[in-house]
Amino acid sequence: MNRPGDAPINVEKNPARSIEIVNRGLARRYAAEKRFRFYGAAAVGISLLFLSLLFISIIGKGYTAFQQTFIELEVYFDPDMLDETDLNTANYPGLVRQSLQKMFPDVTGRDDRRDLYALVSTGAAFKLRRLALDSPEIIGQTRSVWVPADDDVDMLVKGHYDRNRSEDERRINDRQLAWIDSLEENGKIKKRFNTAFFTSGDSREPELAGIRGAAVGSFYTLAITLLLSFPIGVAAAVYLEEFAPKNRWTDLIEVNINNLAAVPSIVFGLLGLAVFINFFGFPRSVPLVGGLVLTLMTLPTIIIAGRASLKSVPPSIREAALGIGASKMQMVYHHVLPLAMPGILTGTIIGMAQALGETAPLLMIGMVAFIVDIPGGFTDPSTVLPVQIFLWADSPERAFTERTSAAIMVLLAFLIFMNAAAVMLRKKFERRW
Amino acid sequence: MAPSTLFLSILVLAVAAYVIGRKRSYSVVGGARKLRELHSRPTYYGMLTALGCGIPALLILGIWQAFEETVITRLITAGLPENIRTLPESRLNLIINDVKNLVSGNIVSKEVDPAMQAAADHYTRLQSISHASMAVVCLVLGIMAIAIIRKIITPKLRARNAVETVTKIILVACSSIAIFTTLGIVLSVLFEAIRFFKAVAVTEFLFGLQWSPQMAIRADQVGSSGAFGAVPVFAGTLMISAIAMTVAVPVGLMSAIYLSEYATSKVRAAAKPLMEILAGIPTVVYGFFAALTVAPVIRDSGGLMGLDVSSESALAAGVVMGIMIIPFVSSLSDDVINAVPQVLRDGAYGLGATRSETIRNVVIPAALPGIVGSILLAVSRAIGETMIVVMAAGLAANLTANPLQTVTTVTVQIVTLLVGDQEFDSPKTLAAFALGLVLFVATLFLNIIALHVVRKYREQYE
Repeated sequence: MNRPGDAPINVEKNPARSIEIVNRGLARRYAAEKRFRFYGAAAVGISLLFLSLLFISIIGKGYTAFQQTFIELEVYFDPDMLDETDLNTANYPGLVRQSLQKMFPDVTGRDDRRDLYALVSTGAAFKLRRLALDSPEIIGQTRSVWVPADDDVDMLVKGHYDRNRSEDERRINDRQLAWIDSLEENGKIKKRFNTAFFTSGDSREPELAGIRGAAVGSFYTLAITLLLSFPIGVAAAVYLEEFAPKNRWTDLIEVNINNLAAVPSIVFGLLGLAVFINFFGFPRSVPLVGGLVLTLMTLPTIIIAGRASLKSVPPSIREAALGIGASKMQMVYHHVLPLAMPGILTGTIIGMAQALGETAPLLMIGMVAFIVDIPGGFTDPSTVLPVQIFLWADSPERAFTERTSAAIMVLLAFLIFMNAAAVMLRKKFERRW
Repeated sequence: MAPSTLFLSILVLAVAAYVIGRKRSYSVVGGARKLRELHSRPTYYGMLTALGCGIPALLILGIWQAFEETVITRLITAGLPENIRTLPESRLNLIINDVKNLVSGNIVSKEVDPAMQAAADHYTRLQSISHASMAVVCLVLGIMAIAIIRKIITPKLRARNAVETVTKIILVACSSIAIFTTLGIVLSVLFEAIRFFKAVAVTEFLFGLQWSPQMAIRADQVGSSGAFGAVPVFAGTLMISAIAMTVAVPVGLMSAIYLSEYATSKVRAAAKPLMEILAGIPTVVYGFFAALTVAPVIRDSGGLMGLDVSSESALAAGVVMGIMIIPFVSSLSDDVINAVPQVLRDGAYGLGATRSETIRNVVIPAALPGIVGSILLAVSRAIGETMIVVMAAGLAANLTANPLQTVTTVTVQIVTLLVGDQEFDSPKTLAAFALGLVLFVATLFLNIIALHVVRKYREQYE
């Protein structure tokens, strides 16, 4: 390396000098080499460190959400309170309060009672109601029932609240702490697998909130996306790769597809809002519109993957088909497309995985509403998993943080499964021509 | 008949048409033995019949569905009592909404008066008439198409050519959707933005220093005019993107160099998919990570150093956005670096350069246009990223250069302005579309330059 600052090299006079110059610089250059290499390794290391940090923080925050604290109540299904003719609207919260009162008979005074009743979730009353409705003969008997605890009790039992803080900084006061401890001593509090998280819809109460509604909403939305984007994407890829003449219109289409692949997703949301909802008058918050918007978003991905896959089918296949008298359409549909299908499917799965994780455009079309019911069709108001995560992440309760992380884990599990399927498909059917 | 049932019945009818057409082609030549007398294979006759039956019926269904609601609403409005019909448009819309709620059995906002009940009944009646007539029209059309095509099937009918022509038209239509999407984006955003610029001057929007889009609902309320100077919003966007790029470019570029030039194939095989996981994680997850893990860490460590760090600092959002973009930069640069021909490296090695010297003085300069292109694409990604900033950056539009303070971005403002109830004639809502227009134009500009640079560069070495 001859740098501008180095002394001019006179090779003829003194043949040993240039190698000396090189040798003198070697240590420095090797050090630079090592440094550079280290920077490269560090960069890879940093990215992987971020990845593991992300996973550790989410799993660390969320794994406890798969368990839920339950309290055992001795419930006397009091015939005075339960009118057999109208079991639907009876005073079940009263039953819960009665049972709690019986467990701690020495609690008097309004404030104390209110604190005591706050230990169990409002879901306890629903549980009793279901019991009574399912088997009316229970009335007049005493049963021990495990009911979900309130989210604050749940957080305390799971160790997310610091007991040693002063009372006014805690969401659980000293009296409640004592009751919980006595319940724990008697084995009347325990953690069980949190089935509600997988079977119920959203709720304002963290202990009752589940992801079922959002997961079903995601399913309907993705179903629409797949049904539309796969056939349209394949058709567009086939046309552009096999039939399109080289002209301005084709160029325009290509530029548009490449550009749409890089347009921010929120812009698609604006499009959905202005066109589908305002112009066509589709209802808000429904999977149908969400699916339409996501279709427009995933189309470029599928078209680009499909074209690459079609391009990799060798011309000999096409020529052989044409040679034995197939029309061009027959050649494509009978020979080229089946051979390109694994690649197209891989691209489609990757596009679907993107669509599953997409949030911003769905906020625009109103899929961000608080919806308790589990959607039953393409035109029922619903939300989707990532939007549910967004909504819960906004909630102040500590218990929702845990649930958000758990919902993220579920979402990531779906995504990893989809991507793994894409990789498997590629490995299994990939052909080198 | 409900539209979805009708849709399914048309599909069933099309399947039946296929069977009928196929059978017919057999019978016109007199059995399977004489099939060679047919111009096309029997499936094509079936397909022709199915297409002829299905496509017109489905088109009619689509058009009918698109306009049904508007037409019925018009009719209902015309049928309302005089005193309601003459109400201002916003009030009228509310009443029509109530009528629709009444029809779908939802809870209405106030007591049902007889006029509204009548309107709702009228609506239901019109809807059922419309559905019934739509079903009749579609099905009759389909059946007629089957009968006609069945008639014209002869051995000479060039069914394959007809089917292929129709298929090709469908293919062209499908590939044109990309153009219509772009057109749709441009028109919808532009249209609303122009309405916004009628209320707020373009220059005020682009150069104003005050952003507080709070509009009063009633004209006589205090603070009824918001300020729509978007400079603080643009500045915030640029700052967060700049922070993201200072994280993503060095890390992404160096890991691309390491993976393509130094790493053994084993390391490469392990590290690349792991980095791609980083790219596949939904942005809402990054947003959660930024808001609940990174932001508190930055705030607390800033507090230890005696700095006043906002809990929604630009730094937290920017750093996490940078992490998200790392794999994007690295995989794009990896492609460009790999495209540099090996002879250039061999030449440098032959002159005695070390590896790092080769990379710095030969490979990178050769790959520079491509790398610049990929960085531009990454910038466009950062500008348009939404969820991370919605969750981790703030709403307050501060014009500041301090990354520890709260700033807001274009995407955050679009989301806050458009989520929830909206009025489509208020500048507050329309401002979101103006911001969207700026966002679309900016990213379009970056993308076109970047794609052009990348493509031109690739061709150079191919």
